[in-house]
Amino acid sequence: MSKDLHSEIFTIGVGGAAGEGVKYVGTQIGEALTAAGFQVYLSLDYPSLIRGGHNFVRLTAGKDKIWNDYKKLDVLVCLNDETKELHKNEIKEGAWMLEGLNNEEILAKIKEFLKEKNISGGEAKAELIEGNMAFAKGLQAAGLDFYMAYPMTPATSILHYLASQQTKEGLKVIQPENEIAVINMALGAVYAGKRVAVGSATGGFALMQEAFSFSGMAELPLVVAVAQRQGPATGVPTRSSQSDLRFVIHAGHGEFPRIVIAPGDPEECFEAGAEALSLAWKFKTPVIVLLDKILCEHMMTVDIETRPNDAVGQGLKNGDLKIPGTPGQIVKVTSYEHGDDGITVDKPEEIQEAMDKRFAKGKKIKEEMQNRETIKIFGSSDSENVVMFFGSTKSAVLEAAKYFEKPVKLLQIVWLEPFDVEKVKKELSEAKNIICVEGNHGGQLASLIRERTGIEVTDKILKYNAMPFDPEELAKQINKILK
Amino acid sequence: MQQSDLATKAKITWCPGCPNSQILVSFRQAVTELVNNGSLKIENLAAFAGIGCHGKISDYINVNSFTSLHGRLIPAMTGAKCANQRLTVIGFSGDGDSLDEGIEHLVHAAKRNSDINLFIHDNRVFALTTGQFDALSPKGFVSKSTPFGSIEEPFNPLLLMLASGATFVARSYAGDMAGTKKVMQAAIAHKGFSYVDIIQPCITFFDSRDYFKDKIYWIGEDFPTNDLKKAMEKVSENIEEKVPLGIFYQMEKPTFEEELYK
Repeated sequence: MSKDLHSEIFTIGVGGAAGEGVKYVGTQIGEALTAAGFQVYLSLDYPSLIRGGHNFVRLTAGKDKIWNDYKKLDVLVCLNDETKELHKNEIKEGAWMLEGLNNEEILAKIKEFLKEKNISGGEAKAELIEGNMAFAKGLQAAGLDFYMAYPMTPATSILHYLASQQTKEGLKVIQPENEIAVINMALGAVYAGKRVAVGSATGGFALMQEAFSFSGMAELPLVVAVAQRQGPATGVPTRSSQSDLRFVIHAGHGEFPRIVIAPGDPEECFEAGAEALSLAWKFKTPVIVLLDKILCEHMMTVDIETRPNDAVGQGLKNGDLKIPGTPGQIVKVTSYEHGDDGITVDKPEEIQEAMDKRFAKGKKIKEEMQNRETIKIFGSSDSENVVMFFGSTKSAVLEAAKYFEKPVKLLQIVWLEPFDVEKVKKELSEAKNIICVEGNHGGQLASLIRERTGIEVTDKILKYNAMPFDPEELAKQINKILK
Repeated sequence: MQQSDLATKAKITWCPGCPNSQILVSFRQAVTELVNNGSLKIENLAAFAGIGCHGKISDYINVNSFTSLHGRLIPAMTGAKCANQRLTVIGFSGDGDSLDEGIEHLVHAAKRNSDINLFIHDNRVFALTTGQFDALSPKGFVSKSTPFGSIEEPFNPLLLMLASGATFVARSYAGDMAGTKKVMQAAIAHKGFSYVDIIQPCITFFDSRDYFKDKIYWIGEDFPTNDLKKAMEKVSENIEEKVPLGIFYQMEKPTFEEELYK
């Protein structure tokens, strides 16, 4: 473990009961540090209750990119007495304990801490943002007209943010009676020509299955944000998981093309939001953006506001969606198998033709993939050691990579469906050690890689206790495997 | 425009003699008149349907249509109306479709006074699935899934709609095509959520033509449609004895879509 690295970065914890403003105080500190030119990563851990319990914000900051927070604390801000006891094993020697202070006093103490440690930031030009808000901003950048959702952790803050963004003639946000109403209402608005997205946790998406299939059958463009949390069933509502990969790529009954994009940080959430809406309209097909609690709610310093529009899929053209209200044109949409005129068909040759027509756009989507970052490579691109991951695990892996003892190629799968078989095969062709890091029990990404490429990963590091990976522990595990 | 302009190439596959064909004719007449008198532009008509025998109607009308999933047409109708307020949104549904499968949407659409028009093909049975009891079948109804008779009391859908906040509540009888046409036109003219129950005897699985023939009667033109209490009383009449038809209740209040864009 590099000691030098730790002298350049520092970690602050803020703990207290729910309702005591833990998130508020933590975010204030994070924003102050971002404004002072630091790179920040902020995690948030809380149980499913409104008052009481223990909420904890942990943020790690430094001059260079911070991908993930660290366990060991340089500063512990205690908003209640319990915090000190609960986190006593995470405190570094000589750590500052801040107790009984108000917000201003806390921020002043943090400044004092930075001065004493002689740590300063760089040029401040970015913002501290969570994945959900970045995703929502991406949707807005691509011209979102409607967002419909029923509240469910950890997708809820997309609903809150977009609701606050409504204007008289512009964006509208509706909260219908349940998730089934959400997606069917969305499809009605799409039919009438609007750009629409819906969002929920995977449990809510489970309720949307029939209509998700309908969007495939009727070729209605729709973006669905699916935010994973620990399941099965109600599971652990406020904690994370990556266990719904298999569910979303196979979601909806019947066979139809769909796109599933899994961003790995807030910047990619922004891109995915914009890209998803544009892709849905270009190919008249449903697009899922797969998120998870860590990605949804953890914050990172990123620079998205200044990104040029052409970087986020604005160049994609809309498909020729016909909409009602056009003189001389009749638009018939149906969940039954149908011909081009929207009238039900049931002859074998007509059914096959309709299926073939829908799957023909699968080929066009594959062509589009040549121009998209369906996978990403970090680290040593020519190494025979490969670490693979998707979604928020990117944070822990990229931070852990700072401590790898051997050259390692880091391979992020961004598009889960369609799976970019050629690119992934190429990247794995020379690999001797392939380690898959996932937040689930079954090794779903590993099994998908095997299924689509025929290549078996050599090791799996799986975490299914609903908590984030710690980058230092992860580095130890990976170094041990590669020894 | 002529009624024949509203026909399509699709072959009608309802049972020969099914009253659904009478509802189809009433609708074509209603629309033709509204287009010809200038109160409706045909391109602005969007007809939704659920799944069931009623849902086949989408294929038989040459207008914009959206055949949704079973029980899910209502939220889709609201979505379309929110997206484009110039659309006249009407929906064909069945009692199985909207009072069993999708009842939550029915209640909430009435509650939010979405400016959409729902025509329920009320046959008091699941017909397309070959005859099972449904939310409106009478207690004791013997069907394939209730061989010893249904053990549940049916809903009174009109009372349910009045209690939920619907601003237009009416009932018609499919066999009375002129009456049905008139009620459809009044519903379309109404701003807000319109619920029209159209009694449509299923001649194959629950042939109630003779049963209703002697019991139906139109309430007079002088019925006070602005009195919720009187409407509730009227629709609560025992349908084992008499079945009132007509517009029971109508009131103006802001629609969901108006509020959304306020």
